[in-house]
Amino acid sequence: MIDLSLLPDGGIGWLEASGPVNHLVLSTRIRLARNLAANRFAARMDSRERQVVLDRVLDAAGRTGTLGQAVTLRVDTLEDWDRRLLLERHLISRELAGNGDRSRAANARALLVQHEASVMVNEEDHLRLQVLVSGVDFGAGWRRIEAVDTELGQQLAFAFHPEFGYLTSCPTNVGTGLRASVLIHLPGLVLTKEINKTLHGLTKIGLTYRGLYGEGSEVVGNFFQLSNQTTLGKSEPELLDHLGAIVQHVIAVEERARQVLLREAPTVLEDKCWRAFGLLRYARTLGFEETMNLLSGVRLGASLRLIPHLGMYALNRILIVSQPAHLNALAGRVMGDEEMSIRRAEFVRETLEAEVRRGQGT
Amino acid sequence: MKRCSRCGEGEGVVDLNLIVGGELKTQHLCAKCAAEKGVHTPAALADTPLGGILAAIGADPVLRPEPAADPEPPCPHCGATLQDFRETGRLGCADCYRAFGEPLRELLRRLHGSAHHTGRAYQGPGEPASPPVESTAALQARLERAIANEQFELAAQLRDRLKDRA
Ligand SMILES: [Zn+2]
Ligand SMILES: [Zn+2]
Repeated sequence: MIDLSLLPDGGIGWLEASGPVNHLVLSTRIRLARNLAANRFAARMDSRERQVVLDRVLDAAGRTGTLGQAVTLRVDTLEDWDRRLLLERHLISRELAGNGDRSRAANARALLVQHEASVMVNEEDHLRLQVLVSGVDFGAGWRRIEAVDTELGQQLAFAFHPEFGYLTSCPTNVGTGLRASVLIHLPGLVLTKEINKTLHGLTKIGLTYRGLYGEGSEVVGNFFQLSNQTTLGKSEPELLDHLGAIVQHVIAVEERARQVLLREAPTVLEDKCWRAFGLLRYARTLGFEETMNLLSGVRLGASLRLIPHLGMYALNRILIVSQPAHLNALAGRVMGDEEMSIRRAEFVRETLEAEVRRGQGT
Repeated sequence: MKRCSRCGEGEGVVDLNLIVGGELKTQHLCAKCAAEKGVHTPAALADTPLGGILAAIGADPVLRPEPAADPEPPCPHCGATLQDFRETGRLGCADCYRAFGEPLRELLRRLHGSAHHTGRAYQGPGEPASPPVESTAALQARLERAIANEQFELAAQLRDRLKDRA
């Protein structure tokens, strides 16, 4: 199994919940797709060329400040559960995780991680640069990823076209190659049944939404990923400003929905949050989806201060560590379903108990 | 029939959603006004990027598969054809964008509402005035990293460069 202590902050510094509006927005992610000008793209590369690309990228990264100390993981040689762990941390894509299908995991695929910045090598594009920061903070995210892109772009010749911009495997990413997203918690809109209207409105203004793990994943625990759909025709700051304005709009309607719930159905709301807390705090077995849905209620209660003494950091930790690969890593072995539900309940109980004690100052 | 909310004359065919003061406002624009506002196509062709591209390819008379032979020759660098792209939705290399420039430009307009990049202007690595001289210690460190990463070809090169210095 991966030694997680190798990763500087485990690649999950955003858990600390230090960024703006972190009670609603867990993280902001910005991704840039880049390809090397001299090499064929993923669809037409053979294993030898993939190796050449990886060598070039690793050599170039080693000469930069932003990635010079990066931890390099060879994703293609990792066990399924370790790849799954990186997916659960949002450090690699479903494609790179291979969905448990070893034959689809081609050779020479790697992940470089240094603080909030990471690079996937030989995914759909030769390079996918990524930055993850806490809360909603496109400015901080952009400054960091811009620095990585500038440094790497001085070491490597990227595929760039004067009219089309940065060239990518799939034309949906061409131009800026920029995909930005926020992971946002929207229980108020779900409870007031406003969510479909809101999400439908977003698709009409160039946004897409997904569940917790990106493309094709279902929504659990009322956590949504919102991201831009187009990458060409607007500059990077324009794309980020547009998305930022829409995210602020979604935050405002979510806050409004929560105020409506507090006003119209305070007892129902409080009861829902506390029941969720009671189950998480005392249950002896917990399924993953069940945990996410209960966590949604507890998170809502904590951010409305209906439930005192709960910090967002502890709740973010539960969100990440309740996932199967993380629980296996914690146990040091691969567990069966039944044992895993027991282990999950144990972890959640202990985390909440410690958090309540910390909050009460005892 | 909805009237165009800009000129009040044409038929509103495009819904343009704008966020004004935190509120979502919908404008119905006629084709003429939409074009004047720079809206070539509704931004959301489909819910997913891949769905979007397939929908766009299917809707595109230039890219729709034809029984006749491809008008465009294959990409000189990677050998990919326009037919390959239709089937996979993926380009083969950077030169594909030059080889299939015309049909791609049309597709990009459909996908993004524009075919013109206005973001970062990339300069490339360029030629440094004088090649930086790496210290022997730096070369040694790179060699060790290359070995650790199993980059044996690079390691051999670096070892040669270190040997030349000794
Ligand atoms: Zn009009
Ligand atoms: Zn090509």
